Formats: sequence, C-alpha cells, structure tokens
Amino acid sequence: MIAIIDYGMGNLHSVSKAVERLGYETVVTSDAAEILAADAAILPGVGAFGDAMDNLRETGLDSVTKQYAASGKPMLGICLGMQLLFSESEEYGAHTGLGLLPGSVVRFQGDYKVPHMGWNKLSFLQSSPLFEGLEEGHVYFVHSFHVKPELPSDLLASVDYYQPVTAIVGRGNVYGMQFHPEKSGDLGMRLLEGFLGLTKQQQ
Amino acid sequence: MLAKRIIPCLDVKDGRVVKGVNFVNLRDAGDPVELAATYDREGADELVFLDISASVEGRATMVEVVKRTAGEITIPFTVGGGISHVDDMKRLLRAGADKIGINTAAIRNPQLISDGARKFGSQCIVVAIDAKFNPEWGEWEIFTHGGRNGTGIRALEWAREAERRGAGELLLTSMDADGTKDGFDVKLTRAVSELVSIPVIASGGAGRVEHFHDVFTEGKADAGLAATIFHYKEMTIQEVKDDLKRKGVEVR
Repeated sequence: MIAIIDYGMGNLHSVSKAVERLGYETVVTSDAAEILAADAAILPGVGAFGDAMDNLRETGLDSVTKQYAASGKPMLGICLGMQLLFSESEEYGAHTGLGLLPGSVVRFQGDYKVPHMGWNKLSFLQSSPLFEGLEEGHVYFVHSFHVKPELPSDLLASVDYYQPVTAIVGRGNVYGMQFHPEKSGDLGMRLLEGFLGLTKQQQ
Repeated sequence: MLAKRIIPCLDVKDGRVVKGVNFVNLRDAGDPVELAATYDREGADELVFLDISASVEGRATMVEVVKRTAGEITIPFTVGGGISHVDDMKRLLRAGADKIGINTAAIRNPQLISDGARKFGSQCIVVAIDAKFNPEWGEWEIFTHGGRNGTGIRALEWAREAERRGAGELLLTSMDADGTKDGFDVKLTRAVSELVSIPVIASGGAGRVEHFHDVFTEGKADAGLAATIFHYKEMTIQEVKDDLKRKGVEVR
C-alpha cells in the first residue's frame, strides 16, 4: 500500500492514479496510523510553502512525516512536497521546513520567465536506483522557487534554467522530485516506478 | 532550457469530440479520453480541451471527461470554454485539469483573471485571446464568438492587462490565419511575445511542419497549438518534432 499524504494542498488525484497505473494500491489519507503502516509514502503539494507547513503542523502530519522518514521506508516529496523536506524557505517571509534534508528554498531571480513552467531536460549527476537504466530526458516543471541543497551528495539530478536547478534529491530512503512525475510522460512514469520499486527491495 | 511545446486541441461537445477525427486505430474516435491518451502516446506535450457544450448537462459531462482523462494521461492539460466563475474553475481543477482557459468571460469581467490567479495560482490560468488585424488601427483587435464580434479592444493592450492581472499563459489565436493552413500569424505572435513575459501559445494557421519552426523562431512563441492537421493525420506530432530537432530547436 502506498500512502499519498493528504494535508489539503493540491491535486492528489493525478498522483494517486499514476501510482495505480503502475500496479500499486494507493490510499489518499491524513490518518497517522494509515500513513505509518504504508510501504511507501508520497508527500505531494501545490501552493505556498508557508500555508503547507501550517497545514502540516495543524494536523500533526509534520511529525508523522518525520517519523515516516526515520522508519527507513521509502518516502518521496513531489514539487512543493520536495521543497518541504528542506530546512527553510524564503517564500513570502521566512519559513521553517521539515528539515529532513539541509538546504533552503529560494526564489528564481533574473530577467527570465517565472514560473519555470514546461518541459526541461534532466542531467543525472550521480547514480541512483530511481533512474537506473533510464536515459536523461525531459520532465514537466511548474514552480517559482527552487531548492539549494547544502550537500552536493543529496543532489541527484538537475536541469538548466538560466542556472542549474535542483530536480531530484535523495538521501537514504528520502527522495524528492521538483517536477511532476505524474505529468511527465513516459520518463516521469519510469522515475515514479523506480521509486516505488524501492518497496520491493525492502521486503 | 525549456523545450518548445506541441499542443493538440480537442473540441468537445456534450462529452464527445466534434470536428471529424481521423484516427483509424481507435475503438471510439469520439471519446475524448481515448483520443487524449493517443496524443499522449504520440508525443504531445500538453492538451487543450475546448468545451463547446451549450447546455448545463453538457458542462457537467465535461467534468466527468476531465476526471477520466486525468486518470489516463501523463501530460498536463487545459480545459477551456464557457468558464465564467471561480467555482467552475475549482470544479475542473479538482477533477484533475492542470490549467483553466478563459476567454469571453475574462473580457466581460477581467477580475475573473485576478480572482482565479489568486485562488489557484497563476500557473493555472490561461487567458485565450482571439485577435484579428484591424487595418484602421494598424494593429489587432479582440474578437469573440469565433471571430464574428469585434470588441473594440486592442489585443496588445489586453495581453498586457491579462498578464498584469495574473494570467500564467496566453493562448493566442489569429482569426486571420485560423483555417488557412498558410502558417501561424508570426507577426501577431511576435508582437505579443515581445510585449509580455509569460509564455505564449500560438494558434491558428498550422498547415505544414515548418510552420511550427517559423512561429517558434521568428514568432518567439513558447508553444504551438493545432487541431485539424493532427486529427486528420495530415502530419504527426513526431514529424513536427523531428523537423524542429533537425533545425536545432529544443523539443522533448
């Protein structure tokens, strides 16, 4: 069972359907016991960082998410969900994140179009079970803030948008994707499959 | 850098695709969900559904189509047509649409752009503009009702206002080029692209693969939209992309 953590932010339907198409059962839930019992957990999210952290705190899902990460079972943050894994964000004021990975979330700044919206080509920076056997290709992004991880070892893939932009992060069992794998065609589905495959290695 | 996007557009009425569609391998060529899945497989970067239903029932059916589509395809999609309230937007976004296209309703009530952008984020709001050259003005005028009704509004001015109010993207259709197959309106597209700093989807006039190259380079568009040529298999998305790749334009 794959838990899609529901904390009132964004469209969970597409993520849940994509996971089901890959042959896994899903539950969209905000129930702590249900989340902690799942074989893998996905933290999705669209919206503002501050609102998202407020929602997580109010529902107690911040500590559930941290507890899940500590359990060693695979966890994946998508888009805003990835940004929440980090220490802090400067989106509309300073906000503290879940702090599972060290780093900060900063605004795109420069004379170019923001949000960074559309298909951009991944560069894999180190080997990872997520993209083993896959070729670098385009995935779909929509975001106005991006992550600066503190440790290069946490950065698995990036794209170029007037600067290197963090696309995939990972440390141990905790992963994040800035793009939407559920909206990124075949490559997106293969990356999601790579993550879900981690549940099999565990057993 | 971002890849240029190729976007097929499907006209849907009462839950069925209209305008003849010429896919031979489909079980049901009128089913928008099956057609959407086919375009996804063929390399479309995004899809647009234009709901041309005139009835309340037809619109309710569209929500079902959106729900089913969201479960079937792996690319983003926009739904437009007859959306005039924030509640309509919410219903379609909840059902799984990624973006909402608004046209006439935004001209009547520009606040709709601001409200939608504030509530759902700019990335969800696509403002569709149908423009036609007005020789007296020496620039383009906004038209509604499929190009029949002039509004007296200058297209460039409106494009700028839509951006200022929080539109995340513009879907720009040239009423002069639409249906001609002589190519996109490069002049219009370039004028708008150079004016705003949000992405511009060029629409109307695509007839040959090289037309996409023209509108991406000279027209400075971020995406190209077409309907008939893809539906009737006059060209495939892959052929368009191969041509662009050969000419050094980044595509997925």
